[in-house]
Amino acid sequence: MTLSLRVSAVATVVSLPLGIAVALALARGRFPGRQLLNGLVHLPLILPPVVTGYLLLLTFGRKGWVGQWLDQWFGLVFAFRWTGAALAAAIMAFPLMVRAIRLAIEAVDPKLEQAAATLGAGRFMVFLTVTLPLILPGILAGTILAFAKAMGEFGATITFVSNIPGQTQTLPSAIYAYMQVPGGDAQAARLVLVAIVIAMAALLLSEWISRAVARRIAGT
Amino acid sequence: MTLSLDLSHRFQGFTLEAAFTAPPGVTALFGRSGSGKTTLVNAVAGLLRPDRLRLSVAGEVLADTTAGIWQPAHRRRIGYVFQDARLFPHLTVRQNLLYGRWFAPKSPEAAQDFDRIVALLGIGGLLQRRPGALSGGERQRVALGRAILSQPRILLMDEPLAALDEARKAEILPYLEQLRDELGLPILYVSHSMAEVARLATTVVLLEAGRVTAAGPVAVMLAQPEHAQSLGLREAGAVLQGQIAAQEEDGLTRISTEAGPLWLPRVAGEPGRPLRLRILAQDVMLALQAPQGLSALNHFESVVEAVHLGDGPGAMVRLRAGDAAVLARITARSAKAMGLRPGLRLHAVLKAVSVAQENIGRGA
Repeated sequence: MTLSLRVSAVATVVSLPLGIAVALALARGRFPGRQLLNGLVHLPLILPPVVTGYLLLLTFGRKGWVGQWLDQWFGLVFAFRWTGAALAAAIMAFPLMVRAIRLAIEAVDPKLEQAAATLGAGRFMVFLTVTLPLILPGILAGTILAFAKAMGEFGATITFVSNIPGQTQTLPSAIYAYMQVPGGDAQAARLVLVAIVIAMAALLLSEWISRAVARRIAGT
Repeated sequence: MTLSLDLSHRFQGFTLEAAFTAPPGVTALFGRSGSGKTTLVNAVAGLLRPDRLRLSVAGEVLADTTAGIWQPAHRRRIGYVFQDARLFPHLTVRQNLLYGRWFAPKSPEAAQDFDRIVALLGIGGLLQRRPGALSGGERQRVALGRAILSQPRILLMDEPLAALDEARKAEILPYLEQLRDELGLPILYVSHSMAEVARLATTVVLLEAGRVTAAGPVAVMLAQPEHAQSLGLREAGAVLQGQIAAQEEDGLTRISTEAGPLWLPRVAGEPGRPLRLRILAQDVMLALQAPQGLSALNHFESVVEAVHLGDGPGAMVRLRAGDAAVLARITARSAKAMGLRPGLRLHAVLKAVSVAQENIGRGA
């Protein structure tokens, strides 16, 4: 249970800066390969999660080319560890996060950024003082959505890091495990309840935040 | 401070070729929509990169594309008041006003400036609000303050009043006049409203289909019959400088002008207060004899300088009255019947005169 929270939290927090950068590139960037990047980001959304997990195993596993390299240089191992579960969750949740943030960026009026430039703000300051505050609701929505998705990630996780109690057993894997053993139904039902509560809380929180922000901007 | 510019830019089958110098004071860039005004000011601000631009402000070259010089917008220190205010919705009015100060050179008078500009624009009561809760006129005043407080070297205004109704325009115009007269900041003012230009401008640059067709001081430009067509016939008219001579007992104010004395219903102010008067060409009647038994109070003795016949039934007549030029719009038939020709002496009868504040002492 706490493992699941930790996995999702780490997955969301670590992928957030990258998510903002990618969303920015997709929304504003004009560079060759933009469509390719777009496709790549969205791939985990369309691929069967098992395929994503398998690909992760190939690249980030102990024998995988990235995994080997990371192990050698940083001592960072993903395969069959909770960090691997976090990686799988992050990749699966990434499209949702990028999508929400990108929509928010596209809704920002570039005219406001121009106005900031005429007032003396350079590109970075414009982003920090105008764009970022204006897309904050989108970032929050994307983060919460990604968090919820990460909590529920199952297919890629179980393929990549298996289902080791105390190590890589996230909430959905635990539910799955309880359902496999006779008499585990009650345990499974308890966890299902927990999952529902967390999902509802995340949804309400994101609604509340976006409304609060809208109120602030309307100035009433 | 003077701005000079030489620009050419092609876009969507349209070529913009403009070169002019804007002396201190308000330079009005006048032209119909689609004549390239906004493109031009965007290039000055650095928001748009034209094919070729040479731009200097007070001798400093901000852009010279042939020499590869291009200062980005945020380094130019050129304030910009947009037609659609463009206030930052997530900041309060106070934060909006102070936004530019983060980036402006530090000045010890900054705090005083803030109080002065806030008072000048009458926005003291709005400081804690957010732009979403402001009216159109209030927003535009805040945008004006925000631009000024960023300590720009010049100020660009792109039709700052166009999105407002008449009442809101009337609310803001006096503030613009005060800014012009009190700050001594050069202003490039884009407009297609002759009324605004006549009231605010010191210099007029006429832009037609991407080309500068004429430029000069406002009184000279507005008194040219040949520009009447492009300025708009209904709006054509002369601008006179004057000052209050005396407040008379029957409620009238005597105003002395370069063309002669005028009497208007009470204009507030002490004797000596400078005024700018606008006399629309269509509000001027001509009489060969001194008018008698006529209710119109104001008339000037004048000499015909030029008669400009257009294609239609109208004629534009330029008169010299004292040291000033006055335009009259009459019918071509009357011009013929009266035998108008350059050098003819006659009387110009004024049906209406509009008055604006003018502080020549500190302006221009």
